[in-house]
Amino acid sequence: MTATTTIYPARRILTMNPANPEATHVAVRDGRVLGAGTLAELAGWGDYDLDERFADKVLMPGLVEGHSHATEGSFWRYVYCGYFDRTDPSGKTWPGLRSIDAVVARLREVNAELGEGDSPISAWGLDPIYFGDVLVSRGDLDRVSTDRPLGIRQASGHIMSVNTKALELSGLLRTGIEHPGIPLDTEGLPTGEMKGPDAMELVAGHVGLDRKVMSADEWGFRQFGRLCVRQGVTTAADLANPLPDDAVDMMLRITGEADYPARIIPLRRFQGVTPRELIDRSRELREKSTDMLRLGRVKIHADGSIQGFTARIRWPGYYNGAPNGLWYATPEQLQEIYELALQHDLLVHTHTNGDEATELMLDTFERALQKFPRADHRFTLQHCQLADTAQFRRMKKLGTCVNLFSNHIFYWGDQHYEKTVGPERAQRMNACATALREGVPLAIHSDAPVTPLGPFFTAWCAVNRETPTGRILGEAERISVADALHAITIGAAYTLKLDHEIGSIEAGKRADFAVLEDDPTMIGEAKLKDVRIWGVVQGGRVFAAADI
Amino acid sequence: MAGEPQSLPVTVIGGYLGAGKTTLINHLLRHADGLRLGVLVNDFGELPIDADLIESQDDNVISITGGCMCCSYGSDLIAALRDLDQLPSPPDHLLIETSGVGLPDAIAQSVRLIPRFTIDGVIVVADTETLLKQGADTYIKDTIERQLHAADIVILNKADLTDEETRSETRRWLTGMAPDCRVLESVNAEIPLSVLLGRGLDPLFDREHGAGHIHEHATHEAAIFQVDGPVAPEALAEHLASRELNLVRTKGFVPASDGRLYTLQTVGRRWSVSPAPMQKAEGRIVCITHTPPIDAERIAGIISAVS
Repeated sequence: MTATTTIYPARRILTMNPANPEATHVAVRDGRVLGAGTLAELAGWGDYDLDERFADKVLMPGLVEGHSHATEGSFWRYVYCGYFDRTDPSGKTWPGLRSIDAVVARLREVNAELGEGDSPISAWGLDPIYFGDVLVSRGDLDRVSTDRPLGIRQASGHIMSVNTKALELSGLLRTGIEHPGIPLDTEGLPTGEMKGPDAMELVAGHVGLDRKVMSADEWGFRQFGRLCVRQGVTTAADLANPLPDDAVDMMLRITGEADYPARIIPLRRFQGVTPRELIDRSRELREKSTDMLRLGRVKIHADGSIQGFTARIRWPGYYNGAPNGLWYATPEQLQEIYELALQHDLLVHTHTNGDEATELMLDTFERALQKFPRADHRFTLQHCQLADTAQFRRMKKLGTCVNLFSNHIFYWGDQHYEKTVGPERAQRMNACATALREGVPLAIHSDAPVTPLGPFFTAWCAVNRETPTGRILGEAERISVADALHAITIGAAYTLKLDHEIGSIEAGKRADFAVLEDDPTMIGEAKLKDVRIWGVVQGGRVFAAADI
Repeated sequence: MAGEPQSLPVTVIGGYLGAGKTTLINHLLRHADGLRLGVLVNDFGELPIDADLIESQDDNVISITGGCMCCSYGSDLIAALRDLDQLPSPPDHLLIETSGVGLPDAIAQSVRLIPRFTIDGVIVVADTETLLKQGADTYIKDTIERQLHAADIVILNKADLTDEETRSETRRWLTGMAPDCRVLESVNAEIPLSVLLGRGLDPLFDREHGAGHIHEHATHEAAIFQVDGPVAPEALAEHLASRELNLVRTKGFVPASDGRLYTLQTVGRRWSVSPAPMQKAEGRIVCITHTPPIDAERIAGIISAVS
């Protein structure tokens, strides 16, 4: 018995294959692309079923999110309190909450639904920066409940706001606390804002936001898959996972199910182990890879975040005079990991937010590469938000790729302009045009759940560079729609060393398609984020967003 | 004080990668002499504990000869401290080793969030051979500076690998960097436990005889002082912690004008005073220096000045 062939006609097929950029039909066999072309051309492969369900749709290669975290799925266990509208895994769009009163009102509804009892209310996504950077105090949250503990994890992921009950249960409703992460009110009691991992950990368990819940969360992992379908994503990186055995087993099992809709690329995070253990573990994991779960890649954090003032930046430093940020690994550790990874052919992605961290990566990597030369290593700088032109030139020389955080331009661009790095450097942030001009392989990302998963939105950010106040932040760094579409497909696939399998629609590749109602090349630059997504085809399997 | 858990003293051990933090911890474990030390390390890494000291090991805990133990805290110091706090018989003294780029003062601040724990002191280990180079390195110099700023005691380790000129240059640089801290030179981090942790001093108070030198050693010296009349404990502690006396540690009980007895302790530049748990007829303090001899006359003068 020969395998069946399905041929899909479509309104338009944007293949991202430069040798055959457009087609009217695509043929699929065994979950792979048999070919893209006209019906007559494809008919030469023999018998086929003609499936016309996409006849009025536009097909693109399945989108590739090169930097997200599967925990985005888990967060939908909690109440969304963000400033911007956000769509949950079921497709419901939760309207953004534009004031503290609106946040309190939503939480009150939840409190009412819960009825009697003292179970906690857990929420996420709050970003007081849009309320004029005001403090959301326990007094505000006490308006929701004084009986239940209540906690909101803020959008940055680095701050938690809690009510008085939560402080009481954590033993923190007392005077005499001295900690930079726990601001105090005029009476010397904590305000309810808990900053940094240590302060957050003290209250997290009492408000149901324990980090341990997230590590191998099967429910959340399934929700993440649903979000991928809604956003046209068929492959997503889970960019920093400690990957304990139970998490790996869970991911292998679920991605192995017949109807899990996304290929997941988890990178093992460098934390709590030595460089050698990291490399050994990654080599072990690599052997467990399947088509749908690609293991054996490595992620290192070199520094912190720009808006948290923990990124390492070069002179002249932070615009508001804040001291330089923190290193999360020593230069020696970076060097050792790079050297070992080059010897064992492991792909390493390095988080560098500030330009000093980027410089350190380039310096240490250059030394490692001289010692252990390797062609086509594809080491990638992640975020790399502040890199200047000279650094992009070095990246090109060293053969590194870059995955820029274009969503930051929209979400925090105004704050970067006014507060963190000042106008000039804010305008060069996430310099997509410079990367392309200097010939550095480029991807762009959401870092979900930090910002929502949605490659068309990310592409819109890179193309328009517009902030919520209407500012165009760095007009010279805007890129074309075609370049942005490249970055969210084959560009991202290249940084993951998967461009030979995914990222374009061409013979031999996985049958991964984003199925669209609108043509992203025709909708107009300003509306790129509004491209309507019908669903995906993943490995030849059809997933409609409406049914997921 | 039945029912009330005793506070657990914590020494934070910081310093850049390769300075000798692990060597110091193993040295202290080897000389714990009945003291049950707990050790929290950032990661288990390559042999955090010398193999001959290990009794057993699982994923999370290494059990060590003499009732000591070692756990790793990774990204979650608070959870590790809470776990320790819950133990039926917690250690007598806790050592927390920071990561190579960790900031010891940030660790100390977080430790203080859990009431049971008190910071005994912050020790920063530095590699005498490379400290000046690290202090000038574009990338890490401010991290090195922040680490040293946090130190009550700096151990200049691997002193044997350098010449006198490097050592004195390093000391000069260090004085500019962290003027108040005490600087101890060492080889293989071999500094006596009593000097660093102030433990094992208690029996000294029970001696029959009064003031005098009680212990002399090439690298350090301890002396007991009698404090008869009421003193101002805070003022005395602050004086004893001053750079001029160059004492590594002091510990004692002193009577105050309110008729109560107070515990007084200094660790390098750090000092603390709290009501003593027991009452004793007379006050006494033990002073330890690493630059013998102890200036007994001056200390006696200070005691009478604050009386």
